[in-house]
Amino acid sequence: MMQAAEKAPKPVKQLDHRYEGISKVTGKIKYAGEFSEPFAKSDLLYAYLVQSTIPSGDIVSIDRAAADNSAGVVTILTPFNAPKLSQAPPQPPARRNLSLLQDTSVSYNGQPIAVVVARSLDEAKSAAALLKVKYAPKPAKIGLKNRLAEARWPKDPGKEPAGNHRGDAQAGFSKATVIIENTYITPIQHHNPMEPHGTIAWWDGPKLNVYDSTQYITGVRQSLAKTLNIPVDFVHVVDPVVGGGFGSKGSMWSHVPLCAMAARITGKPVKLILEREQMFGPVGGRPSTVNKIKLGASADGKLLAMQQDVVMNASVMEDFVEHAEGPTKNLYMSSANSVSAKIVEANLGVSTFMRAPGEAPGTAVLEIAMDELAEKLNMDPVQLRLVNYAETDPSHDRPWTSKNLKDCYQQAADRFGWSKRNATPRSMSDGNAWIGYGMATATYPANRSAAMAIVRLLPGGRMFVGSGTQDLGTGTYTIMAQQAAAGLGIDPTLVEVKLGDSTLPKAPVSGGSQSSASVLPAIQDATSQLKLKLADLAIADAASPLHGLKTLDIDAKDGKLFNRNNPTQSDTLTDLIARNGNKPVEATGSAEPAESKDAMSSQSWGAVFAEVAVDKDTHMVKVRRIVATYDIGTLLNQKTGHNQLMGGIVWGISFALHEEAHIDSVYGRVVNESLAEYHVPVNADIGTIDVSTLNIPDLKFNPIGSRGIGEIGITGTAAAVANAIYNATGKRIREYPITPDKIMLA
Amino acid sequence: MSLVHLTINGENKSVEVPPMKRLLDVLREDLHLTGTKEGCGEGECGACAVLLNGELVNSCLIPALQANGTSLCTIEGVSTEGHLHPIQQCFLEKGGAQCGICTPGMILATQHLLNKYPNPTMEQIQEGLAGNLCRCTGYMRIFESVQEAAKLQNAGAGA
Ligand code: FES
Ligand code: FES
Repeated sequence: MMQAAEKAPKPVKQLDHRYEGISKVTGKIKYAGEFSEPFAKSDLLYAYLVQSTIPSGDIVSIDRAAADNSAGVVTILTPFNAPKLSQAPPQPPARRNLSLLQDTSVSYNGQPIAVVVARSLDEAKSAAALLKVKYAPKPAKIGLKNRLAEARWPKDPGKEPAGNHRGDAQAGFSKATVIIENTYITPIQHHNPMEPHGTIAWWDGPKLNVYDSTQYITGVRQSLAKTLNIPVDFVHVVDPVVGGGFGSKGSMWSHVPLCAMAARITGKPVKLILEREQMFGPVGGRPSTVNKIKLGASADGKLLAMQQDVVMNASVMEDFVEHAEGPTKNLYMSSANSVSAKIVEANLGVSTFMRAPGEAPGTAVLEIAMDELAEKLNMDPVQLRLVNYAETDPSHDRPWTSKNLKDCYQQAADRFGWSKRNATPRSMSDGNAWIGYGMATATYPANRSAAMAIVRLLPGGRMFVGSGTQDLGTGTYTIMAQQAAAGLGIDPTLVEVKLGDSTLPKAPVSGGSQSSASVLPAIQDATSQLKLKLADLAIADAASPLHGLKTLDIDAKDGKLFNRNNPTQSDTLTDLIARNGNKPVEATGSAEPAESKDAMSSQSWGAVFAEVAVDKDTHMVKVRRIVATYDIGTLLNQKTGHNQLMGGIVWGISFALHEEAHIDSVYGRVVNESLAEYHVPVNADIGTIDVSTLNIPDLKFNPIGSRGIGEIGITGTAAAVANAIYNATGKRIREYPITPDKIMLA
Repeated sequence: MSLVHLTINGENKSVEVPPMKRLLDVLREDLHLTGTKEGCGEGECGACAVLLNGELVNSCLIPALQANGTSLCTIEGVSTEGHLHPIQQCFLEKGGAQCGICTPGMILATQHLLNKYPNPTMEQIQEGLAGNLCRCTGYMRIFESVQEAAKLQNAGAGA
């Protein structure tokens, strides 16, 4: 039963703190690689992944004699003895082009080429070091900036086309009074969730069980079945809690089936955990993008044409398109747009979705160009954005389900004190530092997929809710408890939540900020069904005060069913279930995007303002303050929601100043494959972050009015910082990350 | 193999392990104390932090034999008799834990910090936790958790 979309939902009671919080602060909660049941712990074997050391070529031989004789070694899988699989073509997000030892070819430096299985991790690792691999190298394709001429259209661009035109951009440019035309570059980045990827696999006859650190249990289940050629029903995937994913765990990568293969061959449970340095290639990364952007505007700031041509690296193994051109299509109302996205093949691991795919680099580059345009027009950057405000979606020529971005600009600008900004660079300083202010727009599409959920009323008026979704630290447990509780009007602390188990009703990948927007409506549907069942139970029960009433006259609140026409006539859920012999009452529900979804566009919005201090001598940048206001629909939980947004902002700062994978120009390996060398911010790098949300429900998007929040924080932030650095120093850096050397040399 | 004696969270334990086995693996694999996490294995992230004779150390860098005869406190030993320690309480209430992988190390680093500076300044907090990476929270909530914990502990001590 669906409520009319426009009717505002009752506010949902929030949990005071994270559902699984206590088990996290006490260290009791178990992550995928930490289980020692239900198999015999003493049976557990450890697998270590061996990686190629050349970027391109063939493996001629692997001399394994010393390794085989090394202490504790049980088996070694190589391309020369691994069982043959019928590999299916990739189908992102779940299934990618994997390296499963099916042939001797090497496509990138760091590719899995063998698996050593031993009684302990130390033994597996030391045996791996004894393997002697002989290669026949081939010339490798390395680099992007020096190979732009090789760009080609992607074979399969994904959801969006790789090229797109609206209106006549050339005509727009010829009419323009002011033109900005520059090249902007973003680097290769790697997700680096703090929990490394890992899997434990064991077989029960023909049936496969895995604990796997994943953002998509259903995807892993289906991909394992397909890859190993066994029925889907024979695969059971469990992952009660994920230590961060950010997109890298949205796909099943090679180590998962390799672990299952090792378990099958040895007949034992096998654990395979990636080392940190193995997370720079075999589990994806964000491609580098080179963006030629051209903006043309009339003297009053109206955009007449926008053009963005993106070239990015893609693995020789699989085309993946980072749609950095997205914001140029829909962020502003321009008379014409022209975009393209092309790829240059490289001997690198497969690239993949990383926090705010498309929009993170897209806003990072476009929003610098907009800042440059504002400066050339002698216009306030906020004003330029208001002049070109898109009241409807220019890319699809249709309305938004909800857009309140103007309020975001206003609110964030006020909180920040934007009116005090001096547009002239180097006009503000503090001690030995130049001070700069900058701003940018944040945006990310709102996604939603089909999802299912199950709910039960339990003895004592408690509740159970389950769905085959995931919690990456994002707060899924918490908001599921809240939603289920709201459905029966009970306290959310009375709800038990289960997720991360493939035996539960199906839910989509926890990516693209869609989990809550998909799963909560399914829970809402399930609780509506449950309420009807409970009402019928009471009506049929001669001992119930509600006996004989009509179903539609009964509602639930404060742990009771009651007569809408006479609220004092009520039956507590506890009594009802007790008279049912304490037998739980169960209902399932499902929800999917409305058929009308293509009539409107749904997108989240925000305005980000940054203050930086740039040391006049060292050119070190300190981000002193970020103030951001978001329009993300209903905020489901203040604590987990703000946490997600702030975490995203820190990713944006990191994008602006730190993160970059350096590729060796000869060997094609990521040179800085450790957390010491691949810089992510530590707490000392962060000043204050002030986040607010408008909290205006988007009921045309879904019945709970909430769009996702996992990605939007990173968008806009990088450009706001870059623009603030320009305001501080007068140096326009168009290549991320903006490191002191670049500022110094500019 | 070496016999290693440890006092872990007040209990005496002996394990027979290779002398160079990482203390982190002794805790996680041999003693099933999986609250101590591995984020990097190279001393860069602090997820594996424990208190060794009261000092904050990264257990991924310590060979088992070097820990012989020491007294360790891991996250499992921070709360007493089923009650959350004030630091844990504050991380819970202030939202200092998101995915939770950095949390045990953060909490032990906080304990170490507050032992040293019962009223830490913001700089001391940032300095004291600089060895602990978090990829989720954005750190603000972690600072608030630490500040709140300091207040709570001081109020407790004064009472
Ligand atoms: S695992 Fe020890 S510091 Fe990262
Ligand atoms: S909470 Fe995930 S790394 Fe800190």
